[in-house]
Amino acid sequence: MASAPTTVDQVRPRGRTWKFIKRLRGGDEVAHLITLLAAASIIVVTVMLVYQLYVNSALPRHKFGLSFFLGKTWDPVSGEFGALPFIFGTIVSSALALLVAVPLGVGAAIFLSELAPPRISNVTTFVIELLAAVPSVIYGLLGVFILVPVLRIVVMPFLKATLGFLPFFQGPIYGVSMLAGGLVLAIMIVPFIISVSREVLMAVPVEQREAALGLGATKWESTWQVVVPFARVGIMASIFLALARALGETMAVTMVIGNDPRVNASLFAPAYSIAAVIANEFTEATGDLYLEALIELGLVLFLLTILINGLARLVIIATTQKGAAQG
Amino acid sequence: MSFRTRWRKFVNVFMLSLTGVCALATVSVLFFILGYLLWYGGKSLNWAFFTHLPSPVGETGGGMANAIVGSGKLLLLASLVGVPVGILGGVYLAEFGGQTFSFVVRYTTDLLNGVPSIVMGIFAYTIIVLPMHHFSALAGGLALGVMMIPIAVRTTEESLRAVPGTLREGALALGTSKWKTVATVVMPAAMRGIVTGVMLTLARVAGETAPLLFTAFSNRFWSSGWNQPIASLPVMIYTYAIAPYDDWHRQAWAAGLVLLALVLVANIGARLVVSRGISFGKA
Amino acid sequence: MKLKSSFASIALGAALIAGGVIALVDSPSAAPVPAPLLINAAGATFPYPIYSKWFTEYNRIHPDIQINYQSIGSGGGIRQLQAGTVDFGASDAPMTDEQLQQAKVPVLHFPTVLGAVVPTYNIEGVSQELNFTGEVLADIFLGKITKWNDAALASSNHGVNLPNTDIVVVHRSDGSGTSYVWTDYLSKVSKDWETKVGRNTSVNWPVGLGGKGNEGVSGLVKQTPGAIGYVELIYAVQNNLPYGQVKNSTGAFVKADLASVTAAAASESKKIPADFRVSITNAQGKAAYPVCSFTYLLIPSKIDDAAKKQAIKDFLHWMLTTGQNDAEGLSYAKLPKDVVSREMKAIGQIN
Repeated sequence: MASAPTTVDQVRPRGRTWKFIKRLRGGDEVAHLITLLAAASIIVVTVMLVYQLYVNSALPRHKFGLSFFLGKTWDPVSGEFGALPFIFGTIVSSALALLVAVPLGVGAAIFLSELAPPRISNVTTFVIELLAAVPSVIYGLLGVFILVPVLRIVVMPFLKATLGFLPFFQGPIYGVSMLAGGLVLAIMIVPFIISVSREVLMAVPVEQREAALGLGATKWESTWQVVVPFARVGIMASIFLALARALGETMAVTMVIGNDPRVNASLFAPAYSIAAVIANEFTEATGDLYLEALIELGLVLFLLTILINGLARLVIIATTQKGAAQG
Repeated sequence: MSFRTRWRKFVNVFMLSLTGVCALATVSVLFFILGYLLWYGGKSLNWAFFTHLPSPVGETGGGMANAIVGSGKLLLLASLVGVPVGILGGVYLAEFGGQTFSFVVRYTTDLLNGVPSIVMGIFAYTIIVLPMHHFSALAGGLALGVMMIPIAVRTTEESLRAVPGTLREGALALGTSKWKTVATVVMPAAMRGIVTGVMLTLARVAGETAPLLFTAFSNRFWSSGWNQPIASLPVMIYTYAIAPYDDWHRQAWAAGLVLLALVLVANIGARLVVSRGISFGKA
Repeated sequence: MKLKSSFASIALGAALIAGGVIALVDSPSAAPVPAPLLINAAGATFPYPIYSKWFTEYNRIHPDIQINYQSIGSGGGIRQLQAGTVDFGASDAPMTDEQLQQAKVPVLHFPTVLGAVVPTYNIEGVSQELNFTGEVLADIFLGKITKWNDAALASSNHGVNLPNTDIVVVHRSDGSGTSYVWTDYLSKVSKDWETKVGRNTSVNWPVGLGGKGNEGVSGLVKQTPGAIGYVELIYAVQNNLPYGQVKNSTGAFVKADLASVTAAAASESKKIPADFRVSITNAQGKAAYPVCSFTYLLIPSKIDDAAKKQAIKDFLHWMLTTGQNDAEGLSYAKLPKDVVSREMKAIGQIN
């Protein structure tokens, strides 16, 4: 039992509201409360978002269950909704984007951090970081009017002529295609990779480089075998960041990917991504099953990005704990 | 010189040149994009673009005056949601937060940051457009506002943390209460970083199209109040770019330039504000 | 230092104030005249050229009434009308009984103009008009005919040098009344099509690229050599795209124009039921173009807002009289006179 009550508040029995308000003794508590509410509202909004996605996709979840993910047909007329073409399109276009952007981006970052004179490096990086801020729809504009015609007239015929024996480069050439989607995504994510990779590369202590050079390594060997591994956590983080962005990209992709819900081995064939189909069909999804199938696709995309972000974290934690590299 | 050494030297020159090629390739593509937009967009701008409303299909002389104002209104609405929540949330994490709750908040903020913009549009559709039974600037503004929160929170928290502890301790030692310290000493010191964060996040959502497609919808006329569909630059660019009319294409390029100019000015401004940094020590 | 950070704060403050001024200027209470009545509509891209002209012209005559029409496809128009997010919709495909049941209030169909859906193509070296039969079109869209110099195409096009290029099929990626008209026609002329694909605003297309709206399809055809797509006549005309003649039910190859569309409507006019929901594809008559359709405004029969109700009724009246004069300039056919008088009476059904 506490010591004998000495103040009025402790003597008189009070309701909970009074006790609560009394605790807001001064500005500190009020400030704490207000900022706490702001922070809590972030959690509330996120929970609401997941809840809305879940609740508003009930119809197709009950009707199709897990077969939603394996279904190859997207047929609004017969009520047959399968997500496979869109998952395929999203993953393949993003993978293609990484395939192109990572070597280019990391290579460029190495150049900018190790070889380029500081002024050139800074100015170039400044411009590259600005390009990371360019809106998606503008990339789409450039994609439609420049990239697609170039692909159709120059690049794709060339690929077909040289590498046409591979199943990836077969079939009719439309211009709008999985390849166009992947390339436009690559252009969009390369600035992120360059910017973050360059920063982490520059953060590697100069002693590491000097130690390698002192042991007789060439500049390349010192870079590739010492500096880059030291910075690999940051570089991987930038790759995951870029991947997460590529997965959710909507406008640029829908303007160049062809919008055809089919799974096709060829990169010349048109494809469809999750974000693109939602953007195209949401306002006209007649019937609740159709609309909710689109919302379920949105939920799938959301879970996919969470997965990638989660993987990124795990990789960072795992490699940091191994002690090989620090942030 | 042994073969091995010659080989290593060759690899050295080759790989380093390759990185130079990578840099050149990416930089030239990116510079080309910027240049083309400036040139072609600049060609397409005319006075009518800024002052006229869209004209009927097939007729020339239309403009995007309502879309420019519309984008402004949407950003204003978005800031009303995103800026207070973002800044106050950042203050909480930096100054008042407890261990586990802060962790949860940070994790959730990162989660929210990763939400694809189209999914944000779905969210705003389900909680505003459906109950209200019409598209509105409000729904669009909310979608954009929620997208602003994560970046605002993160930059606010980082800016506050960057303020040296000595500043806080000095104020507290003089008897100032905690909230006064934060409000009158710490935040002004961090203001540059916070403002930068707000500008950057505004620039980011200014270019978003997907969340607006089925929330703010679009409008061929001026939109009054907050309750009506409203035109916006990104949506107009999208609509005009995929149409076959050459005059619409021209307007799409012009709009692209205007949007890019807006975004770049905000970004450059933000960076200059940060880079001309003077140490926090001076009063 | 104070100068720099306060500069930033001032800049931010100025931006917010500017925003506030915009908000004030724009809000209804600050305006010196009453804010215009905004009516929201959405739907078919098929009649968008003439609807955009009508709504702009109507706004010029009645500055206090703004009809904001968004061209998102017939499927979108029906959907948004059902959800109640627009005041009226527009569609080339009449609503099905199921869709009508899902609407909150009974929906009235008001035909506005008649249009034609034409097969438009982009073949290098071929600027002549090609002849298409119904079966050939169905086979192209089924993916059975894949090259331009296929025998079936050559047999209707003697004297035209068709190249050995791939046919790139372009269809609609969104829910479309134009698709409905096209697939309706294909279902009537090809049993294969009817069983494999059927007729609807959104179908499971066997082959091809998807374009959004008539605008998107025209755009894709224009940019893709070897492409064939189906669009409303005015889109082919406005974009200088060649379009072919189609064989009608009597065996004649007919080009889509005002005369052939009017002939199609005239020959089917007896079949038009009281609610105006009718299909006039593959019409009888030597001069009839086989792929025509009415396009409808979907008006709820019960409108709560009195001002909106009156504005919509006035617009319909204007559309049926003065508005019709704009149709032919944009290659749409005017409504037959008896249809107009029936619609005038039907306006009274809006309460």
